[in-house]
Amino acid sequence: MNQQPMQLALPGFERAHATWRQQYAAQIGDRDRIYNRSGIDIKPLYTPDDWDSHRYVEDLGFPGQAPMTRGIYATMHRGRPWSQRQLVGLGVPEDYNARLKGMLAAGASAISLIPCNSVYRGVDIDEVDPLILGTCGTIVNSVQDMDICLRDIPIDKISTALNDPLPFTLLAFLLAVAKRRGIPWSRITGTSNQSDYISHFVANHMFFRIALAGSRRILVDHLQFTNKHVPNWNPVSVVGQHMQQAGATPAQAMAFTLCTAIQYAEDCMARGMAPDSFLPRFTFFFDLSISFFEEIAKLRAGRRVWSRLTRDRLGATDSRSWHFKFHAQTSGVDLTRQQPLNNITRVTVQAMAGLLGGLQSLHTDAYDEVFSTPVAEAARVAVSTQNILRDEARLADVIDPLGGSYYMETLTNQMEQEIEKIIVQIDDTGGMYSAVESGLVQNMIGASALAFQERVERGEQKIVGVNAFQADEDSARHAPLERPEPAAIEAQLARLKAFKAARDRASVHAALDALVAAANSENQNVFKHVVDAAAAGATHGEIIGVLRRELGFGEPLVIV
Amino acid sequence: MNHPFDADERPPKVLVTKIGLDGHDRGSRIIAAYLRDAGMEVVYTGPWQEIPAVVELAIQEDLDVIGVSSLATDHLLVPKLMAALRDAGLAHIKVVVGGIVPDEDEASLLAAGISKIFHPGSPREEIVSEISRLSADARAASGTT
Repeated sequence: MNQQPMQLALPGFERAHATWRQQYAAQIGDRDRIYNRSGIDIKPLYTPDDWDSHRYVEDLGFPGQAPMTRGIYATMHRGRPWSQRQLVGLGVPEDYNARLKGMLAAGASAISLIPCNSVYRGVDIDEVDPLILGTCGTIVNSVQDMDICLRDIPIDKISTALNDPLPFTLLAFLLAVAKRRGIPWSRITGTSNQSDYISHFVANHMFFRIALAGSRRILVDHLQFTNKHVPNWNPVSVVGQHMQQAGATPAQAMAFTLCTAIQYAEDCMARGMAPDSFLPRFTFFFDLSISFFEEIAKLRAGRRVWSRLTRDRLGATDSRSWHFKFHAQTSGVDLTRQQPLNNITRVTVQAMAGLLGGLQSLHTDAYDEVFSTPVAEAARVAVSTQNILRDEARLADVIDPLGGSYYMETLTNQMEQEIEKIIVQIDDTGGMYSAVESGLVQNMIGASALAFQERVERGEQKIVGVNAFQADEDSARHAPLERPEPAAIEAQLARLKAFKAARDRASVHAALDALVAAANSENQNVFKHVVDAAAAGATHGEIIGVLRRELGFGEPLVIV
Repeated sequence: MNHPFDADERPPKVLVTKIGLDGHDRGSRIIAAYLRDAGMEVVYTGPWQEIPAVVELAIQEDLDVIGVSSLATDHLLVPKLMAALRDAGLAHIKVVVGGIVPDEDEASLLAAGISKIFHPGSPREEIVSEISRLSADARAASGTT
């Protein structure tokens, strides 16, 4: 956007501005230039010379109205506070169920399910070393495990975020549990987190299960199926968080996320789906670094770009399609092992950036993440941080409180320009799918990660306790680690064996055969057959094993 | 950067890898770049390597040091890698671990023969100098230079 500074009608402005410029130059001059993480030159002062408030209607508008810069809903956090969606996942299904009940009793209405790393890798627990089972998430290998995870939980009254990369076996298990309990799928609400296979291929390889072309197809199958049968489910969460955690700058992360969303939307439209039939269900997920103003500007700019491109580029006419709904998580990369309690302060600043940036849902990291999966005390502090910001600091009282700040509006415009520049670069290579297939995006992220680390090594980016203000109390540790009991893991292994022995083998075989046939036929919906196989008793590892055989194993590009 | 090792010698040969289930590779990619920029010969693998495959690489590539990156409890598997290296007659190879390793686990890893654990925030110079020192030790132990 080419903005001309407004014709100032402020008597005395020019003279006072010139005086300030002189005084500043005399005392500091041009030394100490400051650049934010996205490479934008940050000035010491912003004035009406930088931002033209006459463009208020075109560039900002009102909350809930295009271009949505100030927020996607008219009432924002006044109408409905953001969801506190803490990641939960540990041990065996019984452990998860107990932790979940505690959280629901404490007032949570939105839950999440983080599975064990073996689940992410697409295998059952009898295929990996028991030493590393259940240490980072909950074991869920079958409809039976999901049923135990959700025992006594009213799954039609809560919103469930599943960390469930494609082919979405956890959702398939959830739908099977709903069917067993007589709950119609239309009452199941929540989100398929980790549906963004492009971000897995590029940045979070642990979630990348099936070769790129097969992944591309299954995602659209999933969108089509849920659109029809689970209409209140959000099938896509496009993730900028992985790329930023892997080293992308905030502007790059936002641009890559928008390019990915365009790719998915165009893939759906190529299947004949109308944009307004699926875009209202798109959601996003971002990282919140400690670069406070930059993060707020990133989120405001992203909201504006999405609102414009859904309308102008994708042709959406329903205003819900223009909504840039997002969850955000405070950045683990900014946390330090040195003087770990300092991480509470870091998380607070990161969370404030997200709240002032107008998020819909927030996860605050526990201060002990640099040591291990959080202990209960640290998890409680993380939730309290959100409550303190809302109820004591009252950050939710005013919508977009930084709107109209000369700095914030200028920075939002500059971030937008940076984001649009990268979108053009990706478009020029043929879109996001081609840009990740060729490794372009991976190389850009790798270069940014290295550049940031070098700024840290040179001391240009200070990190308290690491390269500045070091202290000797480094390894003052707190509560002991919580790891699953070996006996619990053994019992879980025995349960899987018993589950497999007790199921109707003929129906499992028939369902898996149908899945093979669907994978090899253009006209069938693969996800429908994943749902059927899960209901018939096929396990997580069996379903993914079949699809890996038919569609190829997911191997990330390894670039150093 | 000045090479911290003798220019007449063959540069240290280091494998940077990940075993187990985790796929976070920001750290391993940066470390690989640091070691390469310091003049070392770096062999880099993607994540999820099986222990026998790492041992096979160690034989084929004549490694001095193996660096295992672990962000999500895969460090618990490193003692098994140590045992596999010993069984293959490769006890001279030095193994280091970098990433998220809880204090409680550190003693058992060191007892299993792991030479060094690098926590987040370890300075570049420390990593480079420590790995070149370990490489020299590995050469001395295997009787080659």
